[in-house]
Amino acid sequence: MILNGIGKYFIFLGKLFTNREKPKVYFSLIIDECILIGLDSVFIVAIVSTFIGAVSGVQTSHNLISPLVPLYVVGVIVRDMTILELAPTITCIVLAGKVGSSIAGGLGTMRIQEQIDALEVMGINSASYLVLPKVLAALIMFPMLVTLAGFLSLCGGYASTVFTGIITSYDYVYGIRFQFEGYNVFIALVKSFVFAFVITSISAFKGYYTTGGTLGVGQASTNAVTNSCIGVLLADYFIAQLLL
Amino acid sequence: MIEVININKTFNGKKVLENVSGLFAKGKTNLIIGASGTGKSVLLKTIVGLIEPDTGSVEYDKRDFIKADEDTRREIRREMGMLFQGSALFDSKNVQENVMFPLEMFTNTSKSDKLDRVNYCLQRVGLENVNNLLPSQISGGMQKRVGIARAIVMNPKYLFCDEPNSGLDPQTSIRIDNLISDITEEFSTTTIVVTHDMNSVMTIGEYIMFIYKGKKLWEGNKEMILDSDVAELNDFIFANNLMKELKDRG
Ligand SMILES: Nc1ncnc2c1ncn2[C@@H]1O[C@H](COP(=O)(O)OP(=O)(O)OP(=O)(O)O)[C@@H](O)[C@H]1O
Ligand SMILES: [Mg+2]
Repeated sequence: MILNGIGKYFIFLGKLFTNREKPKVYFSLIIDECILIGLDSVFIVAIVSTFIGAVSGVQTSHNLISPLVPLYVVGVIVRDMTILELAPTITCIVLAGKVGSSIAGGLGTMRIQEQIDALEVMGINSASYLVLPKVLAALIMFPMLVTLAGFLSLCGGYASTVFTGIITSYDYVYGIRFQFEGYNVFIALVKSFVFAFVITSISAFKGYYTTGGTLGVGQASTNAVTNSCIGVLLADYFIAQLLL
Repeated sequence: MIEVININKTFNGKKVLENVSGLFAKGKTNLIIGASGTGKSVLLKTIVGLIEPDTGSVEYDKRDFIKADEDTRREIRREMGMLFQGSALFDSKNVQENVMFPLEMFTNTSKSDKLDRVNYCLQRVGLENVNNLLPSQISGGMQKRVGIARAIVMNPKYLFCDEPNSGLDPQTSIRIDNLISDITEEFSTTTIVVTHDMNSVMTIGEYIMFIYKGKKLWEGNKEMILDSDVAELNDFIFANNLMKELKDRG
């Protein structure tokens, strides 16, 4: 059952890249999807990541306040937690909910209203035409969103620790610059790429093969989100294993 | 010309089509008729390749469609226009964009030429001044007509309509029937129309295939249909008293 599903998923991925339409066709579609997937998600990503940073700041300083530990360590820990793990992973889990459900819902509706069949009868590779732009747009936009999330979570950490007087601005900034490793940012970006692909392709797969009327569309959206989240966490684990 | 040979299709152990064969001639309006749930839509979808039959073949002017490779299939499909039972308009595009879509995908003519063609097709289905409305903002019957406009916009060699006039008033119905048969004659298209409207059958049925529970029970034309001796077909036709009177009058 599960193996069958996974097999179908890979065949679906193959369909995305064979018999494509003219590149010109994709260009404007990708722009549209960038707006839908990227710009429309900025607000939620900003809120989530700022709070993640703020909470990390409060919790680390709460656990670490001791005369033996220099205060700037709070900055170091907030930085390493958010940039490496929380900003990319939590952001992408949130996006799996937002982007994943809208992709699956949209494609599911097109499936049950026979819009996908209409494309096929016209001689268009519907999988590639509908899904490839979404995947490419996500590959472009997710790294930007994750970069923004990383930055804002550092700001959130600053706000929650400096403005409340737990540590000084100097300590926090010293902390986040202390032994800074660019490699962690690279890993965060790798994660965002992989998650972008995982989320959009799994959600599209679920939506594209929707059956069972309007009820099925709801189920497809739910399945898209749960499966994407599992996919993101699995991928997170493997990336950590491979790259750290 | 489209030839269908010995099509069988089973869904979850339930036989939906059984040994259906038929020849749909070029330049003629071919009808598939039958009661609700007998497999008309499944047959039409099998012909256009949206459903794979268990056995049997479909030939477009002697080109085998079922076994064809992906490129040949696409080639044949670009010669098709199809109206779906539920219209299947793209709901994120407005009326004009829907009808223009095949032109955008497959032709390189100028924007104004495309627009002229779109407006011409919309006018032929009796729709004007709705170009900028979304499918959700027009009635079901209007959606049907937009669907027909989209199906004919590329001047298809093969035209398929699944219940083109269900949900339309009698006048518009007749208008759509006439449009379909005019186009068929004008461009020598091979047209297949699924319907259960006896009015359409008697006006445009040049070849009629009667499907009953997945089997072809009768074929012929509108001149022969009232005199058939197939009980199931007679039940289907004379469910409507008007038809009975028509027959009695001769
Ligand atoms: N994808 C499918 N999976 C399973 N069964 C199906 C599927 N499509 C159609 N059927 C079954 O095939 C039978 C024929 O359906 P079809 O849609 O061809 O009817 P129809 O003749 O077009 O009826 P109507 O006039 O109401 O449109 C029905 O019993 C239906 O339940
Ligand atoms: Mg039907």
